[in-house]
Parts: sequence; C-alpha cells; structure tokens
Amino acid sequence: MLKVVTAMKQGVLVIKLEGELDVCGADNFRMTVDQALDETGAKNILLNMQAVSFIDSSGLGVILGRYKRINQLGGKLLVIHLEPQVQRIFELAGLMKIFTFYKSEEQALEQL
Amino acid sequence: MDAQIKNQIKLSFLSVNENVGFARAAAAAFAAQVDLTLTEIDEIKVAVSEAVSNAVIHGYGLDKQKQNYIEVIMNLYQGKLEFIIIDYGKGIANIEEARQPSFSSDPERMGLGFVFMESFMDEIEVKSELQQGTTVRMAKHFVPITEH
Repeated sequence: MLKVVTAMKQGVLVIKLEGELDVCGADNFRMTVDQALDETGAKNILLNMQAVSFIDSSGLGVILGRYKRINQLGGKLLVIHLEPQVQRIFELAGLMKIFTFYKSEEQALEQL
Repeated sequence: MDAQIKNQIKLSFLSVNENVGFARAAAAAFAAQVDLTLTEIDEIKVAVSEAVSNAVIHGYGLDKQKQNYIEVIMNLYQGKLEFIIIDYGKGIANIEEARQPSFSSDPERMGLGFVFMESFMDEIEVKSELQQGTTVRMAKHFVPITEH
C-alpha cells in the first residue's frame, strides 16, 4: 500500500509518500501525480520520501517517468528524506546524479 | 550435506500486482529464520519483488482474463537461502538481452529488475521457454551460526 498526498507550496507540487513504492504503489503514484500536474500546471516537484519503507525498479520507473514529463518543461525534481535502504536503490540505479537531493523541504524550496 | 533442504515453503498465488508485496513480505519472513542483517533482508525483498513483478508484468502481461498463477518456492539449506519464482506465461525470447541493464519493453520502466536481482543475490539462474513460462532461481549465502 502506498499513500500519496499532494499539496502546492510556492508553486511547487509537494508530494508526500507513505508506504511501499512497488508495482502496486507505482500505479497509484502515476495516477495521482499526473492528475495533480494537469490540474495545477506545476513545473517543479518536491518529493518527500521519508515514509517510504520500500522501493524497487517499478517505483523508480514511475518517479523517472514524472521527472521526464516535467524536465521537458524545464522543471526540476527535488527529493528529500531518503531512508538508507531507499537511497541505496537510488544510488545503484544512478538516480543520485539525475535528481537533486536535499535535507529538508525548506532547504529544497529555497534552492528553486 | 549442502543439498539437504532444512526448511521449505511453497506459495501459489494469482498474478496480480497486489500479491507482489505479499510475496516479498513472505520472503522476508522466511529469511528472518537465519542470522542476516537488515540490509541483507532488504536485498532479498527487492530481488523477490523484482522477480515476481516481472512474472506479473511481463510473464502474464496483458493476459488478465485467465486465472494465472505464480509459484514461489523458498528453500533453506545449510548456509544458503534459495528463492524460486515460476510463471507459466509467455516466456522470454532472449534471456541475455532481458538481463541487460536498461532493457525494458516499457518506457515507464527502468529495466533494472535483473540488475537488482544480480546485485543483491549471490546466485541467479533464469530458464525460460516461449509460451511455457519462466523460472528464476536466486540464492543468498550466509554464514551459519555454529550450534553448540
């Protein structure tokens, strides 16, 4: 199960995830985030991964898919609060070089 | 001695996305009977999640009409945990190609499934036959605690 909560902060789509980001969670993530991007017209995404206890390649794929979408519009994907086991998966996938990582929401929003 | 199975669990479940989480939780629970670090358990969870996801997404793919089953066999040997994931789906045409990083039939996917399985497990073996299905056998080694 993955809970996806979205909110707008300073024109940035803030996404808070809770649970496991696998093939099941990926469907939920894709639907909720695409709808929020359509409705808000947001260019940048801030992804809070603090409560994500598990991620696999399906989860990474759906995050990368959203990144590709906003990147075409010059948008950025900022990631905060990676749990160590989740960070390892990001590292192995080479995503640490693609996304920007921050320690806190405030710090991330300041950089935009 | 090595070939002696000390414990075994066999699971059979419908090929639906919802069961991927069940399969990796079961794998983690099975692995918890031996002395592994949390990191090693996480690695097993990712590897099993990838193999079962592949069976659901690629093995049976769009064929949602039939009741398709995935089987998972978990074996405990002296110093080794083995996970066998079996589907009876469409099979893989070219295993070598499928195991390459970034190979994926879907742009939303990263093609990292086999990369994670190979990185996180000590043994991996893939057998596949078109229209017959695919079997992935993976194993993780551990140092058994000597019994007194």
